[in-house]
Amino acid sequence: MPEEQNGQAPQGPPAESVEGQKGESDVPRIGVFVCHCGTNIGGYVDVPTVVEYVKTIPNVVHAEHNRYTCADDGLRAIKDGIENYKLNRVVVASCTPRTHAPLFQSVCESAGLNKYLFTFVNIREHCSWVHMNDKEAATAKAKDLIRAGVARAGLLQPQKEQRIPVIPVAVIIGGGISGMTAALSLANQGFPVHLVEKEAELGGFIRNLSNLWMESGDPKTSVEPTIKKVLEHPKITTHLGSTVKLVDGHIGSFRITVDKGGKDEVVEAGVIIVAIGAEEFIPESMYGYEQFDNVVTLAELEILTKTDAFPKNLKDVAFIQCVGARGQVQSYCSRICCNVALKNAIYLSDRINEALIKKGAEAAKDALQAQEGQGAHPSVRIDVSKETVADELIKRRRSRRDRDKATEPGAPPSAPSADQRANITIFNRTVNAYGVHHEVYYNRAREKRIKFVKYDLENPPRVTSEEGRLVVHYYQQSLGEWRALKVDMVILATPLVAAGSTEQISKVLKVPRGRDGFFLEAHVKLRPVEFATEGIYLCGTCRAPADITESVLQANAAASRAAIPLKRGYVQVEALTSNVDAEKCVGCGTCECVCPYGAIEVKQTPQGFKAQVNVAACKGCGCCASVCPQRAIFMTHYSDQQILSEALAALMDTCQGVSQ
Amino acid sequence: MSEGFQPRILAFLCNWCSYAGADLCGVSRYQYPPTIRIVRVMCSTRLDPVHLLEVIRAGADGVLVGGCHPGDCHYISGNYYTENKVHATQRLLERAGLERKRLRLEWVSASEGERFSKVVTEFTNEVTALGPNPVSKSEEIQAALQAAIDAASSQRLRTLVGREYMITEVADVYGKKMPKEAIELAIDQAAEDEFYRNRIIRRILTEPKSVKQIAQEIKVPSDKVLQYIISLRGENRIGDAGHAGMSPLYIALQAGGE
Repeated sequence: MPEEQNGQAPQGPPAESVEGQKGESDVPRIGVFVCHCGTNIGGYVDVPTVVEYVKTIPNVVHAEHNRYTCADDGLRAIKDGIENYKLNRVVVASCTPRTHAPLFQSVCESAGLNKYLFTFVNIREHCSWVHMNDKEAATAKAKDLIRAGVARAGLLQPQKEQRIPVIPVAVIIGGGISGMTAALSLANQGFPVHLVEKEAELGGFIRNLSNLWMESGDPKTSVEPTIKKVLEHPKITTHLGSTVKLVDGHIGSFRITVDKGGKDEVVEAGVIIVAIGAEEFIPESMYGYEQFDNVVTLAELEILTKTDAFPKNLKDVAFIQCVGARGQVQSYCSRICCNVALKNAIYLSDRINEALIKKGAEAAKDALQAQEGQGAHPSVRIDVSKETVADELIKRRRSRRDRDKATEPGAPPSAPSADQRANITIFNRTVNAYGVHHEVYYNRAREKRIKFVKYDLENPPRVTSEEGRLVVHYYQQSLGEWRALKVDMVILATPLVAAGSTEQISKVLKVPRGRDGFFLEAHVKLRPVEFATEGIYLCGTCRAPADITESVLQANAAASRAAIPLKRGYVQVEALTSNVDAEKCVGCGTCECVCPYGAIEVKQTPQGFKAQVNVAACKGCGCCASVCPQRAIFMTHYSDQQILSEALAALMDTCQGVSQ
Repeated sequence: MSEGFQPRILAFLCNWCSYAGADLCGVSRYQYPPTIRIVRVMCSTRLDPVHLLEVIRAGADGVLVGGCHPGDCHYISGNYYTENKVHATQRLLERAGLERKRLRLEWVSASEGERFSKVVTEFTNEVTALGPNPVSKSEEIQAALQAAIDAASSQRLRTLVGREYMITEVADVYGKKMPKEAIELAIDQAAEDEFYRNRIIRRILTEPKSVKQIAQEIKVPSDKVLQYIISLRGENRIGDAGHAGMSPLYIALQAGGE
């Protein structure tokens, strides 16, 4: 607690007398910087008029507008303003303090102004963007909001922040690829890590995968070494079959109760990384799932591939993309399914063709011996007769291409004919094979004659069964008619959805979830791997669907963010705490009974029972102050007077303080 | 009410949910009427009934309090206290002759941008239907609001409201939970008593008056005024100030609820 607070009357006398006490030097000299934010504010609020108005508000000695206050020249303007006009309070009217307050506060500090003398006024999210059709009203509102901010600024006091030590230990929740990567990163930097995994073994979702990537095939070669490294690392303690039951504390010192199969273990740590992953969406009663055999999801296909448990005589395969995603059940694009489908389609195509060629060769041999040729494959029954014309063309073209390819190593010895090769169709709404690598695989899939058929939400494909075979009925958009395709297997690409434990973890950690159930980061672009709550980070698919590359990137990012407080050894806590006026306090204990952190306690003192605040534990919610029967509690930075002055100034065209 | 009346609404939003919800509303460009002025607090529980009443007294046509959904409070339980405080404030508003609907509590999460715009639009319509806050035109309501603020500052009401959550949801000092209805009744009674006690005190700050005079002025039966006078006199908050004819006169010794 800074010394000057103790000397100040907790209820806060009217502004005039504070000035009187503090002497002339503390008469507010307020500078206001109004941001155009390009046209984001400037297009809907008449910024120059606002600035002219702001200049007339008492205590404002300087007001200006900037194209982008957060850009270099805007920040320099603040710095120069503080110097040239001897500003002792700064107000920035621009976007939201939730993203940009730290930036402006640090500029104030670099110019020698305590960061608690800075006030943020939101005229973008709360004004220009929500009144886009009424410039006059938006301008009037911006004036009101800035006037309120100026009223608050005039009452602010400099504060000193407390430093609290950080326990140099990390807890990582989730032992999938993200959690393991983050754990290894931190452990290799020398920090002890506790890795909590609910399953009996590490690996998470990718344990199910058959191959991670086209050529780098077997997960055994890439994931299992990671698991081994984690298990053998001297700095990593792995808690398998464990869940996080309770978390209390704050950045620097969390107490995490881990439920280890019914037995509780308490771990103390400075930071927490959440990497609990995601689950696949189960397309219950969609596209014949669970109704017909051989209708599987992409993740199930991976398991079939891994265990080599495909239906026999597989030849015709249909993928249906975006099952339950992008407007069906879930609203979002799961981002990875197009690429996973491409990977599997190419794999299936190769595998089926190989088998068919082998079988064809055997059949030819048999036929030669028996003088009687049989069909290459009993289930070859593409009854779309129109395709024969196309096949003729394809044959002609292929013969040309095969000539070119004949010298290529690894090219098939002889091109299989149409009825001897895999027939794979991907029904899609668009193929999002984004980026450098995926486009290559899309092209490869095209070369392998995997067909891409578009569908839209109005006419999605239907899956039925006829004579023991699956039939995909689809609306052929270019022909404008419904067609039918008989297949041996239907693979449904379903999105990743938030894991079932997301809700519980979000409650335990008190971190938010977005509309789709995934965790919500502090800022989607600027702070993507951390929560708004300090000391808690996130990575991988619990944040949003991501592939392995992205999960590993995020895990390393989260680990490096988490390493900052661990390495520094302390964190500075915001000086938003409650303070008790011992003279007014009667020791009734109402504050003690409402404080969720046990940060205020009634203790015996020479003056009788008095409430006392533990500043390190106090979070500054202000509950104690607003229920104190004696009104003896004063909140730093959010005093009654500061709140009320701001509110009343917003309502009235005046900047007078509150008189009670 | 009158055509073209645009209410002035003050919105107190908590930093973690409602303020972020209002941010998301802006980012998503959901439009709403330009009637609200937002003041950010770290938690909705920071709001004291006194703040809310002061803002109404200053002429706000409506006050919106936005917090995290129950169970989602960034400060664990702050919003439960907010709820109790808002309800108590609404009782006092009604006592002061204003509509309780002028004060509205809404839970808006950080992901409910669209909902925020709906809440503001709906509340704006509701306040527009109620018409302008009559406080600036009525000295009577100003006096009544002053008494409501005094009541909200009173030790009795603050203790009850402050401990309501603990007593009803967790346990009292005897380890028992009190039924919600019982404490609501007690709070209602306290709000009524404290309101009238302060009404009386404010009437006799400078000029001594008799029970009958006070009863006429604040439109409360004389016997009730007498009861309050006796209790206030016992607490040494009012004193005797001679007689007017046969009627004793009283004068306040101390203003306000503390």
